[in-house]
Amino acid sequence: MPARMAPPSRFGDKAFEWLTLGMALVVILLVFLIGWQLARGSSAAIQKFGFRFLTTSTWDPVAEQFGALPFIYGTLVSSLIALLIAMPLSIGTAVYLTELAPRWIRQPLISLIEMLAAIPSVILGLWGIFVMIPWLRNYPFPLLKRFFGWTPFFTGPIYGTSMLAGGIIIAIMILPIITSVSREILRSVPNLQREAAYALGATRWEVTRIAVLSYAKKGLFGAVILGLGRALGETMAVTMVIGNTPQIAASLFKPGYTLASVIANEFTEATTDVYLQALFEIGLVLFGVTILVNLLAQLLLRTMTRTSTTRAVQ
Amino acid sequence: MRQFRRMTKTHGLCLKLLGLTLAFGLSATASAQMMINGAGATFPYPIYSKWFDAYAQVDPSVRFNYQSIGSGGGQKQILAQTVDFGASDGPMSDDNLSKAPAKILHIPTVAGADVVAYNLPGNPALKLDADTIAAIFLGEIKEWNDGKITALNPGVPLPDQEIVVVHRSDGSGTTYIWTDYLSKISSEWKTKVGTNTSVNWPTGIGGKGNEGVAGQIKQTPGALGYVELIYAIQNKMPYADVKNASGKFVKASLDSITAAMATAQIPEDFRFSITNAPGDNAYPICGATWLLVYEQQKDAMKGKKLVEFLKWAQKDGEKMAKDLDYAPLPAALQARVLKRINEIKF
Repeated sequence: MPARMAPPSRFGDKAFEWLTLGMALVVILLVFLIGWQLARGSSAAIQKFGFRFLTTSTWDPVAEQFGALPFIYGTLVSSLIALLIAMPLSIGTAVYLTELAPRWIRQPLISLIEMLAAIPSVILGLWGIFVMIPWLRNYPFPLLKRFFGWTPFFTGPIYGTSMLAGGIIIAIMILPIITSVSREILRSVPNLQREAAYALGATRWEVTRIAVLSYAKKGLFGAVILGLGRALGETMAVTMVIGNTPQIAASLFKPGYTLASVIANEFTEATTDVYLQALFEIGLVLFGVTILVNLLAQLLLRTMTRTSTTRAVQ
Repeated sequence: MRQFRRMTKTHGLCLKLLGLTLAFGLSATASAQMMINGAGATFPYPIYSKWFDAYAQVDPSVRFNYQSIGSGGGQKQILAQTVDFGASDGPMSDDNLSKAPAKILHIPTVAGADVVAYNLPGNPALKLDADTIAAIFLGEIKEWNDGKITALNPGVPLPDQEIVVVHRSDGSGTTYIWTDYLSKISSEWKTKVGTNTSVNWPTGIGGKGNEGVAGQIKQTPGALGYVELIYAIQNKMPYADVKNASGKFVKASLDSITAAMATAQIPEDFRFSITNAPGDNAYPICGATWLLVYEQQKDAMKGKKLVEFLKWAQKDGEKMAKDLDYAPLPAALQARVLKRINEIKF
């Protein structure tokens, strides 16, 4: 005879649901609070400069004329350079670690990459000035100029500190996160996929390409987006090597400036109200740029996966 | 019944604990040191910490808490009355002073200098004058072998090389002194660029902090930029002698900074600038740093202690300046400042 059991209490489930919902709401609330606070802190500057703030290039604290365009440009370009360098490197590393590396080399390599993430930004920046910049100026930059000097991107005098150096240092900083997230994603690719491909007579490279990479494409793209998010906000190390000159120049050898850098550089010594408000507005713009870039990436991801599924169906 | 007894027992314990905490709390406040809070400039932070440390032996009943958040922050916090004193590398503007709820006094403490550091093959000794420096920073002189530079440095081999101008990218008192000097000696600079903790630079690369600028100069052949004197000395960087307002070439040193303060015109409110001071021994590119206090102190006890400290700093503290590579105020100015400190009411 089955014992009569009390119906299981639903209260626990409900409470758990509310709890997690609450946590999610806190995060969303936090984002709104940051946005609201930034908008409030910059309200007078927004009124004074209006849309001009986004479209003009003069940043003159003495005359109190502020335009954020070179900073927006610098943030986007340095992050793009960083992604172009870091993406193949870190996904390649992740593929090697999950698919090819012998066991004895795997763990030391993983620890090394994780150590890279632990280097403080300032240290990396100083290393950038004293080691990376002189090296870049003496070897890779002249080579780039010699072979690609005919494009507008590698012209003009080489100082070392430049938009390109800024992009490279960001690439170093986002390498570990893209690598470790990609590694987790590749590891989650079911072995069945690989075995099936092998069974069809695929070579190792073909297995990696068809069974692993294309299966994990969406996740890898997500890993890159995570890296991009960090790239947009990187401050200290970039500030040390980018040259901090608010200008828009095609040549990547020219110094540039990023949104995060100008805040870090000028906030502490800004004495007038309009100046402080303009720096707050820079913060707001950075916030907006980050959200916008992420949204665009999501959109890109969605269209990308849609076309790939249709192709698979065909 | 038993339950009740237990309850009263715990109750009693609670009361005892409460009493104990109260007693502790009271005795703690009775013997607590008075805390005087300040915030502001980073340039004088090393000497201020030294002063606060040394002053703890003079008057153990008072402790200082100084946050080196930058001159902008120092001015903001004293205006908002969230600190007992502020600190700034530049004097407050009329505009900012007009926002103050009461009269704010500027108390100069020590001074420093900017030097023109460079990186040339063999690092020869260089001499520069006001026009040349302004023209380099306006982007008008672009090459090291420009006629203006060679004329000042006969016999010095100057290469046919581009001058890579390096300036501070972060807002700083160092930049304030630098641009203040350039504005005084060049009308073009004054109208085009002006004086501030950060400006819209006509040319050059920005380095973050003294270490950033020094790093760029050391690493870039043909570079020229300004750094704090202390920083150049500690890093053994070569720096140029600069022609002063009296037409003499002067090497930056603690003595030549103090000499500039002795000959500069110093107004009654102490919101002075000592760049381009006359006098044979005055180094032209230097500036002081200030403490900012309200003339009418709100808290009588705190006000009294603060005034005592300020007097001590002017009399005894100044003697420590040179050891830490800061230039002390000249004796005449010290006397004037002491007189002003005596006018603080509490």
